[in-house]
Amino acid sequence: MTELLLSPLRRLGHSTINAIWRLGFITRFLLAILRYSGQSLLRFNLTIREIYFAGVMSVIIVVVSGLFVGMVLGLQGYNTLSRFGSADALGALVALSLLRELGPVLAALLFSSRAGSAMTAEIGLMKATEQLDAMSVMAVNPIARVVAPRFWAGVISMPILAAMFNVMGIFGGYLIGVVMIGLDSGTFWSQMQNNVDLHYDVINGLIKSLCFGIVVTLIAVFEGYDATPTAAGVSAATTRTVVTSALVILAVDFVLTAFMF
Amino acid sequence: MSSDHFIEFRNVSFAYGERPILKNISLTIPRGKLVAIMGGSGSGKTTMLRLIAGQIPPSAGQVLVDGRDVAAMNHAELFEHRRRMGMLFQFGALFTDLSVGDNVAFPIREHTRLPESMIHDLVIMKLAAVGLRGTQALMPAELSGGMARRVALARAIALDPQLMLYDEPFTGLDPISLGVIAHLIKKLNDALGTTSIMVTHDVHKSLDIVDYVYFVSNGEIVADGTPEDIRSSPSPWVHQFMWGEADGPVHFAYPASTSLQQDLGLKGSQHD
Amino acid sequence: MKRSTIDLWVGLFVAIGIAAVVFLSLKVANLTPQSADQTYTLYADFDNIGGLKVKAPIKEAGVVVGRVAAIQLDTKTYRARVTLNLEKQYTFSRDASAEILTAGLLGEQYIGLLQGGDPDELKPGEHITLTSSALVLEQLIGKFMTSFTGGNNKNSASAAQ
Repeated sequence: MTELLLSPLRRLGHSTINAIWRLGFITRFLLAILRYSGQSLLRFNLTIREIYFAGVMSVIIVVVSGLFVGMVLGLQGYNTLSRFGSADALGALVALSLLRELGPVLAALLFSSRAGSAMTAEIGLMKATEQLDAMSVMAVNPIARVVAPRFWAGVISMPILAAMFNVMGIFGGYLIGVVMIGLDSGTFWSQMQNNVDLHYDVINGLIKSLCFGIVVTLIAVFEGYDATPTAAGVSAATTRTVVTSALVILAVDFVLTAFMF
Repeated sequence: MSSDHFIEFRNVSFAYGERPILKNISLTIPRGKLVAIMGGSGSGKTTMLRLIAGQIPPSAGQVLVDGRDVAAMNHAELFEHRRRMGMLFQFGALFTDLSVGDNVAFPIREHTRLPESMIHDLVIMKLAAVGLRGTQALMPAELSGGMARRVALARAIALDPQLMLYDEPFTGLDPISLGVIAHLIKKLNDALGTTSIMVTHDVHKSLDIVDYVYFVSNGEIVADGTPEDIRSSPSPWVHQFMWGEADGPVHFAYPASTSLQQDLGLKGSQHD
Repeated sequence: MKRSTIDLWVGLFVAIGIAAVVFLSLKVANLTPQSADQTYTLYADFDNIGGLKVKAPIKEAGVVVGRVAAIQLDTKTYRARVTLNLEKQYTFSRDASAEILTAGLLGEQYIGLLQGGDPDELKPGEHITLTSSALVLEQLIGKFMTSFTGGNNKNSASAAQ
């Protein structure tokens, strides 16, 4: 009977300790990445290669999603705004929603499932096939050679992808609002320009996406590096990357929004 | 004389948590020799290589390489030590995102500032040494298991190491590839004057090429000697290992704590 | 893939990214040069600023000439003191007037400036003295209602007689 009460408590304690342990481990991992970043940034072609795989390969999905999200915002925004007779504000609505929230958050979610999961799988497989061991035996630090370039590639790519997402979204809103529904093009842009502030909206949005870039890539490389070196372990780590990233993006978004706006 | 013994284990023990892997092992490996460490799976052979490479520290005792304690080395010394060492992994561990040429060039590019043209020539020479000149542009996925192992060997000798570690070099190879790898290991050891340690459970092929053998079982050295000594060894353990007998000093059955009858609930079962 | 190809794609990627940020800054946020050396400050006190916000545009003849930098309450006079950031190229005479206007019926509020005829110009840090407050809709409706109900009472009184 007491066992019935104690075992859930024990499980709770176990998972709490585990969570704290992992948090400490990921912090130390980040410190190690930063420590060895110097030597890997000196050989910037390694990072450029990873920007290609993480950033350039994510452009298509980000651009297409951005366009559709902008078009949906255009349609829904027009329907809602026209009820209050302020359809003119559509440009402002589309731009503000994208710049402040949807752009950074959705681009980060797409990035984590497109590039983050690939990073985890790649590093996990390198670990499983002893490539990381081989590296360290060859006196090459795997964190400097493998992890740090991927980390910086993610941090650099994320704001660029978010900016692309925003531009495509605004273009999508323009397509629906101006080209399809027939709002005045001048009003669309001037309403947008009057309501969007460079520092408050554009820069804060980019700062958000930079923060997302850091957490998403950190989670991705950490899960890969920490993966159990088996097929099942790598696949579990990949899933964890996507799930954890999504949760952390939304939680960090809440915190940043509370501080920024 | 420590200069004659390139590698020395002094009363080395190692345990993963509570589980002991190596128990009080002492052995010496002379400079320039090719030595095999043999034993069943899970007997702690690979752990010994990891101790030499400095990937893990021993729980007790010392591992000396060229007279220096590996566990006492600082970060820079350890990397210096590894730079003079080559290791062939069980399945090659080639970098799958790099071509064959870039794999072989990897340690050269990481540790030297040689011009690309010289690296190119070195890569060709190393690949020629393992008989794979002309494969530079291939990706590891396009190689057979035996070829991948040879490329990995070329990569391991890229910086002309003083010490070569082979982790199960024969695993998963067909007899011809196996013969080629064994021949190459012997040839490279003689040509480069490298001290080589090979961890394996392939007895007959190894006995043909090595200078000395240590047999490890359950974390202890159970037999050692030259290949001739081993072939004529009276030890029942060596006999069982060499001829692959199912039962002998190494028991077929796992030492279960309960009897079969108890497990099946036939008699003497103790239900609460 | 060849290194030069990768370099090219990454270069293109970063260039498009920068172009996107520039687009967002110029076309979407309408980045106006507002650094201190290109603007000057004037003040204007209002009895009531209605719903005026910081960053609201300041317009002369419909052209944006600056933005509201700050809004404070003057604790001596209990009037709202609005700090105006105006572009250097636009100067105004001493008798210029400022009023708070609304874009459309429910639109955002902005400050409308009206140039005067005085040859002397307002110098940075001076006050615009001629101001008129925001039109507060509730007050307007209130006034309208009292006059309307007043007229109604008369009518009903005459009908009862």
